Amino acid sequence: MKITRRQRKFGHSLVIFVGATCAVLFCVFPFYYAIITSLRTGQELFLPAYLPSGYHWSNYVTALVDNGIARSLLNSVLVATITVGICLLVSITASFALARVPFRGRKFLLFTILCVSMFPQVAVLTGMFELVRFLGLYDSLGALVLSYTTFSLPFTVWVLTTFMKSIPVELEEAAIVDGAKTWTIIRRVFAPILAPALVTTGLLAFIGAWNEFMFALTFIISGDKRTVPVAISMFSGASTFELPWGSIMAASVVVTLPIIVLVLIFQKRIVSGLTSGAIKG
Amino acid sequence: MAHTGYQQRRRRIAWILVAPALLLLALAAGWPLVRTFFFSFTNAMLDNPSEYQMVGLANYYATHDGSSSGVLVDPLWWQAVGNTLWFTVVSVGIELFLGMLLALLMNQKFRGQGLVRTAILVPWAIPTIVSAKMWGWMFHDQYGVVNDLLAKIFGYQAHLAWIAEPSLSMWAVVIADVWKTTPFMALMLLAALQLIPNDLYEAARVDGASPWQRFKRITLPLIMPAMIVALIFRVMDAMRIFDLIFVLTSNSEATMSVSGYAREQIISYQDMGMGSAASVLVFMMVAGIAACFIRVSRLNEKEKR
Repeated sequence: MKITRRQRKFGHSLVIFVGATCAVLFCVFPFYYAIITSLRTGQELFLPAYLPSGYHWSNYVTALVDNGIARSLLNSVLVATITVGICLLVSITASFALARVPFRGRKFLLFTILCVSMFPQVAVLTGMFELVRFLGLYDSLGALVLSYTTFSLPFTVWVLTTFMKSIPVELEEAAIVDGAKTWTIIRRVFAPILAPALVTTGLLAFIGAWNEFMFALTFIISGDKRTVPVAISMFSGASTFELPWGSIMAASVVVTLPIIVLVLIFQKRIVSGLTSGAIKG
Repeated sequence: MAHTGYQQRRRRIAWILVAPALLLLALAAGWPLVRTFFFSFTNAMLDNPSEYQMVGLANYYATHDGSSSGVLVDPLWWQAVGNTLWFTVVSVGIELFLGMLLALLMNQKFRGQGLVRTAILVPWAIPTIVSAKMWGWMFHDQYGVVNDLLAKIFGYQAHLAWIAEPSLSMWAVVIADVWKTTPFMALMLLAALQLIPNDLYEAARVDGASPWQRFKRITLPLIMPAMIVALIFRVMDAMRIFDLIFVLTSNSEATMSVSGYAREQIISYQDMGMGSAASVLVFMMVAGIAACFIRVSRLNEKEKR
């Protein structure tokens, strides 16, 4: 018996439908489960159920106020914003030179920068510890800005360089013919075209800094200076034996929602930003 | 004439433009790296790092009265190396397989395509620590939803201790990591898939090539460069894993990674010397694997020419 064309087409779309459903469920379920857990209290928590069974907001209050997640959110926003700001500022000029000026040692520099962005954080941990202490930054947010530069800066330079390379040379040549200076070219020609790229790069670097854990865990001691990931990892409840899963999940939802909203708004840009470096580079 | 003068001037200015970034990078990455290498040859302790003696290679390996010491003879170090390599191979392998399936799926035209694309960004956007906590809750031995699903779907009633049981805990880490990073792999592969001209497939179909043949002969060779880059990124990332393990399984011996080992030496035992030596070894491991990858991809390019 031969399968007709129609049957085959049906089979094809069935496979796609099942695959797509599984993919969506697998991706979204843990977050969905965190949300419904965060809305439960008391005994409800300990009966696995797949539909929301009540709307108790007390976990959110416990997480934000009693456990200081609100404060940690502020710390994280501060550290990530300052880090990304500094990194973008110095990488605009650097990436212009790396992408557009054929100077000697350019390839070597780019390769070094790529290597730095990949090396394990623990490799700089002791050296960074000494540096942070020497600069008097231990247990302050400044320590985090300094240490986050280690991985943010090579990342922003690398991504911006790939973006700059994709801008047509003609634009720049027109400006040169018009007698514009290098700085004017960067400011007047490149900056406006680069604005979307800057947003994307900044956002990706921001997420990187937002998620960082090892340096934040090592260089911060005081509870009120913790960043979000450290605060969540150190969550404790009334008793030391039972973790307060309800409020842990509430905190998880609170710190994740802003990122998810940002990602959904800039969805297309993020995807192109993530992949452009790999495909063209 | 004026143009060459211009280029020369720009070449001189180039270094000035790069200088701020380079200086910052030297301060925040170069110098600490050099100091870590330096400390690995000393017996410095974390509480007072300014007082130390040079001990040569003793932190790596030393024999004294017939007994040997150092990172390289610590069984826990080798366990951490084994854990890290096992984790890297298994998780990146699964991610590549699932990511490829997902990318092929998203490359099809179907209703609800936008939904799938949005959904796969959710795990990517969730901070690693948060995903570790979420999975920790889902893997809970008494109230966890994973055991509950196993019981409901497969009738498997055992309360598996995903986190505490050494033979299972590494799988818990792998599953959480696969969930979080497969989207990245899928997006990378999808971007490469979208660059393949459709004519190629049409031509192959006319010639009567089966779907598998089309995949093997057209798709795979054309996305190979992007796949290698994605693999490099993922392998480098998996080799330095720390946060997920630290939170999900509390850095237990059964799951401890090399980064976790080094950090434990530095912070818990305050031993900067030993910890730095371990850090240097981690660095060498990662650098060595990166070098292998780059060599392989270069050979791959040469073959094509």
